[in-house]
Amino acid sequence: MRKKSSQARNNRAKIKPKLAVWKFASCDGCQLSLLDCEDELLGIAEIIEIANFAEASRHVLPGPYDLSLVEGSITTSHDADRIKDVRNQSRHLVTIGACATSGGVQALRNYAREEEYRKYVYAQPDYISALATSTPISNHVKVDFELQGCPINKTQLLEVISAFLHGRKPNINSYSECVDCKLDGNVCVMVAHGTPCLGPITHAGCGSICPRFNRGCYGCYGPQDSSNPRALGDWMVSMKRASPDFVSRSLQTYYTGNKTFHEASEDFQKNREKAEALGETESLVGRDTDREDTNRKDT
Amino acid sequence: MSSDSEIKIKAGIRPGAQSGLKTRTIKVDYLARVEGEGSLYIRTKGQEIEEVQFKIFEPPRYFEALLRGRDLTEACDITSRICGICPIAYQMSAVQAMESALGIELTNEICELRRLIFCGEWIESHTLHVYMLHAPDFLGFEDAITMAKKYPKVVSQGLQLKKIGNDLMKLVGGREIHPINVKVGGFYKLPDPSQLRKMLEPLKQARDIAAETVRFVANLEFPDFERDYEFVSFFHPKEYPINSGRIISNRGLDIEVPSYLDHFQELHVARSNALHSVLKERGEYLVGPLARYFHNEARLPENVRECARDINFEVKDCRNPFKSIIVRSLEILFACEESLRIIEAYSARGPAFVNYEVKAGIGHGCTEAPRGLLYHRYEIGSDGKIKEAKIIPPTSQNQKTIESDLFEVVRHYFSSSENELRHRCEQTVRNYDPCISCATHFLKIEREDANP
Ligand code: SF4
Ligand code: SF4
Repeated sequence: MRKKSSQARNNRAKIKPKLAVWKFASCDGCQLSLLDCEDELLGIAEIIEIANFAEASRHVLPGPYDLSLVEGSITTSHDADRIKDVRNQSRHLVTIGACATSGGVQALRNYAREEEYRKYVYAQPDYISALATSTPISNHVKVDFELQGCPINKTQLLEVISAFLHGRKPNINSYSECVDCKLDGNVCVMVAHGTPCLGPITHAGCGSICPRFNRGCYGCYGPQDSSNPRALGDWMVSMKRASPDFVSRSLQTYYTGNKTFHEASEDFQKNREKAEALGETESLVGRDTDREDTNRKDT
Repeated sequence: MSSDSEIKIKAGIRPGAQSGLKTRTIKVDYLARVEGEGSLYIRTKGQEIEEVQFKIFEPPRYFEALLRGRDLTEACDITSRICGICPIAYQMSAVQAMESALGIELTNEICELRRLIFCGEWIESHTLHVYMLHAPDFLGFEDAITMAKKYPKVVSQGLQLKKIGNDLMKLVGGREIHPINVKVGGFYKLPDPSQLRKMLEPLKQARDIAAETVRFVANLEFPDFERDYEFVSFFHPKEYPINSGRIISNRGLDIEVPSYLDHFQELHVARSNALHSVLKERGEYLVGPLARYFHNEARLPENVRECARDINFEVKDCRNPFKSIIVRSLEILFACEESLRIIEAYSARGPAFVNYEVKAGIGHGCTEAPRGLLYHRYEIGSDGKIKEAKIIPPTSQNQKTIESDLFEVVRHYFSSSENELRHRCEQTVRNYDPCISCATHFLKIEREDANP
């Protein structure tokens, strides 16, 4: 028996699983999380062959790859083709971050006219070729797991890598931010200070950093599994914690490509317009945005 | 997919070209260890290079367009998503612009803390570049991981240094990528002085590692290559500039931030998704560590200057772009020193933020990102919503200069082997630590040669 296991070890030492990291429209932040694993990086490289990671290395091994990490959203037709190629070469494909999982903040173009955006930014809009939308990877190919966050959490990233390499399901909690926030023993900013907080509808994973810094969660980890943004928004508006405009904008940022967030956001947008037509803006703007916290003495 | 080291040299008459013209193509797919996709086109006639074009293909994300209609408090977090490698620079330029539009005066303590978190970013970003992206070039390794086999101590020290920069950003900002604590008027919460003081020991270690880094990179082999740049950076009479100063150059530019757009202009070059920024009067210029050091060397702490003297590094050496790795290392040392100074004097006396009233206005913000000046301009309506946004990142300012560097490098290494030439061209681009968030990395060199 002992002999067998040492043989297995030898085999393992010879053939290391191959990891590839791919980038689409993004800020590089999620893949940087891997390089930010300063304590683990050299150890990871011992057991995994970093076979294709352009930001870090010139060394490129041909596919297939055991695990592909994909950052960024699809915004050009060239990228729409490229992701298919990546999928074909990958045994497992995991998206990392809001861009890859939901289209990212650049998905705001999906509700505007891409052409108008293009004209606003570029003097020669004809030189630019891009799709009218920014879409998540799962709209284009099969995805084996989606790791949320803008940016992702590096401990969760290590868990995902190790889970896939051991053929098990990643152990990532899908409950809301509020759960972690309570476990961390934070003072609830919504209860104690009246600061609007998206914690109840947001996927846990960041370590409840905003409440820890006296700030309301702004939803950069996207929706938790059974998220109900309408109910939270209605409550915040009725309790004068936030204006419909604030709710609508908050839901329309890093996870604007998410259907639940976006549909709720449109409702609050309509509410705002209705209120404006009735001349109620004053009362509704009452507890708007972060500006309002500035009147509160910091603790 | 072809490997990054593939070189193809095609010789032959290009269809449709003037008779006698020969096309040679050097193709380098996936220019690695930069954040960008570019292609390079070089046309030569005999010994003369007729044209060099360095093109960037970055899928556009339209930040300036999508910021319109957002609240002025949101620009800080949204623009940080332009770049995960220098989010603090984006946050700082954004809040500064809003503060200037609203007429907010910050307390000294808030200014110092902002400088501190920026130092964290300089340490992190510069160390990433020096150890993981640039040093392997000089030493002939594919990446830092293979370099670690030959230089285990060097690489693990580099990682340690990088981590200390990240820890600093995390303590002040909440997390290292897209921190959450910066807001218009100050911070959401002041860091706890006793927590910050725990960084003193690690920072002292970081300072030692940084000094060693300077000595290590000084011993690399540098090509004998110089250019007469127009260096553009902040100048500050009292400090090595990060968050404030006048914008100056060695050719007479001397302006305040709000008149930035009177002097600089962005050009949109065909078939490229990036905008080139030029000085209206004179064209290309250079921003970044070389320019900062060139203008502000005298304001570095004495031990940093001494460290530079020990390795015989002089201000005029800033003309060699390959030596940017030395200046980055000296700036890491400075950032460690500066962080120590700020933490030692810090006592969390003041308010975390300054109150303000919303009003309509125009605001400008400019800071020294690790890669150079980063300019933001916003027009705010009376409802606090952004009406117009303009962002000019350092890489678009350096793009024309990168092109000219490549032109000179090709001339310099004209007769060397294709391998050597390709390597030099890649390295030339990496000298700038270009941060062009984009899809793929692609450097293609085409040479058209008139010689039969
Ligand atoms: S999800 Fe956020 S951090 Fe990750 S690449 Fe996209 S913008 Fe950057
Ligand atoms: S502060 Fe936010 S995340 Fe924390 S418990 Fe309250 S609502 Fe939930």
